[in-house]
Amino acid sequence: MDKTQNNKAWFLVLPVLVLVAFSAVIPLMTVVNYAFNDTFGNNQFFWAGLEWFDEMIHSSRLHEALGRQILFSAIILAIEVPLGIFVALNMPKKGFWSSFVLVVMSLPLLIPFNVVGTIWQIFGRTDIGLLGHTLAALGIDYNYTADVLDAWITVVVMDVWHWTSLVALLCYAGLQSIPQAYYQAAKIDQASRWAVFRYIELPKMSGVLLIAVLLRFMDSFMIYTEPFVVTGGGPGNATTFLSIDLVKMAVGQFDLGPAAAFSLMYFLVILLVSWVFYTVMTNMDRSASDIPEEL
Amino acid sequence: MRIKSSAVVMALYLLFLMVPIYWLVNMSFKTNAEITGAFTLFPDNFTLRNYTVILTDPSWYMGYVNSIIYVVMNTVISIAVALPAAYAFSRYNFIGDKHLFFWLLTNRMAPPAVFALPFFQLYSSIGLFDTHIAVALAHCLFNVPLAVWILEGFMRGVPKEIDETAYIDGYSFPRFFIRIFMPLIASGIGVAAFFCFMFSWVELLLSRTLTSVNAKPIAATMTRTVSASGMDWGVLAAAGVLTIIPGALVIWFVRNYIAKGFALGRV
Repeated sequence: MDKTQNNKAWFLVLPVLVLVAFSAVIPLMTVVNYAFNDTFGNNQFFWAGLEWFDEMIHSSRLHEALGRQILFSAIILAIEVPLGIFVALNMPKKGFWSSFVLVVMSLPLLIPFNVVGTIWQIFGRTDIGLLGHTLAALGIDYNYTADVLDAWITVVVMDVWHWTSLVALLCYAGLQSIPQAYYQAAKIDQASRWAVFRYIELPKMSGVLLIAVLLRFMDSFMIYTEPFVVTGGGPGNATTFLSIDLVKMAVGQFDLGPAAAFSLMYFLVILLVSWVFYTVMTNMDRSASDIPEEL
Repeated sequence: MRIKSSAVVMALYLLFLMVPIYWLVNMSFKTNAEITGAFTLFPDNFTLRNYTVILTDPSWYMGYVNSIIYVVMNTVISIAVALPAAYAFSRYNFIGDKHLFFWLLTNRMAPPAVFALPFFQLYSSIGLFDTHIAVALAHCLFNVPLAVWILEGFMRGVPKEIDETAYIDGYSFPRFFIRIFMPLIASGIGVAAFFCFMFSWVELLLSRTLTSVNAKPIAATMTRTVSASGMDWGVLAAAGVLTIIPGALVIWFVRNYIAKGFALGRV
């Protein structure tokens, strides 16, 4: 749709601008203020320049948390994206079962984050949880509060449980937009199942798939509540991801300066990825509208 | 043959999703003695005690009331400010529109952990700490951009000729917007409201940081089940089940839009 040039439209956007400025810009400015100052209490601040940034960039604690975070996001994407596509391909296309599957699959997405943590915390316990108990009965030594590998497996499986449906739902929405004629043409050409997937379904899904990958990347990159409830960042620091570390630093130890510098760098990474996301997405919107309707 | 194998895949996947939830529901109907003592797939002594504890103790059920109050406030605020903005984005070009749209998106992507402490100080300094409105405003950080994006997606689908015809017929902008345009995108408003409700309902970090007693959300209340006499697993499970119910009830109505909502209106 071609839009009219009208700068008075700013008045319609004004309420959003004021509200988001209040809830985003002011807090962000506070963070910036802390990042460049030092305090000894009593609300007295001293200019610290780039000291905190310097400290944080060279902090091994931050490096370890960042490493764990990147590893976690990579594992999550490597499992959830293929699994999500696979599930989407197997979802019923119409009728009651389609609705039923949609509703059941959405359930984990709508559970409060800490309840997701609680569910898995209980589920994995060897004394009262089904998973833990079954594994123990099978003779597998499983204890997510003491063993690093077990803790990781639990957190990863929990996230797969929680969010794979999102990837599947988005891919399903993409698949639904493929006209039946495409499949008929493929059938006439005697295309294999793989060829249908590779040359018809995958290209048609690429748009939504991109959204899914980026959403999953962002959300797994700032995961906090679920691992915090299940493992508390432990055993040791084994599952302390960036957000958990940040909250520990800012609220637990009240190291405002370093925490603020940390926040800003964290936010810049997110901002950079958001920008890539936005650019690719708007380009996609544009090229999608370039395709003639009758194609 | 193919239909059969896909049915098996779906059954396995749905089973994987349902078993942990089943275990929680199962536990919520057991007594604590049964939970820790015996290992049973079904409650032997079916009990509603855990639910009775929550529904008769104000310190428990007020958690739900508080959560619902701030979630509803947030939904109303978000939709109210997002409607005109989404209309502007879907209909007009104006100076800085693309930058503004991108800036809104970055707020959806901002880690709540970055904002927790500044929010705490901001709302403490203006005397809003531990009020419902504080949490409602804080959640606007990610819900307003979400609502703008979803609504913009729906509004793009309404032909512009409708606006023009209405103006020719002598409708003023507010009258046109409320009487003609809003009914046209009613489903979009419903979907946007559902997602604002949902994302505000599932968030814990900010709502916990901004409250202590009077506006304490249910999610924070749940951490209370550790007591001197040990962990009250039954009540914890029951509280968890009760937080799942609101989502489970309304999801049927938005099932066809759920992908659109999670993808910020971009599907």
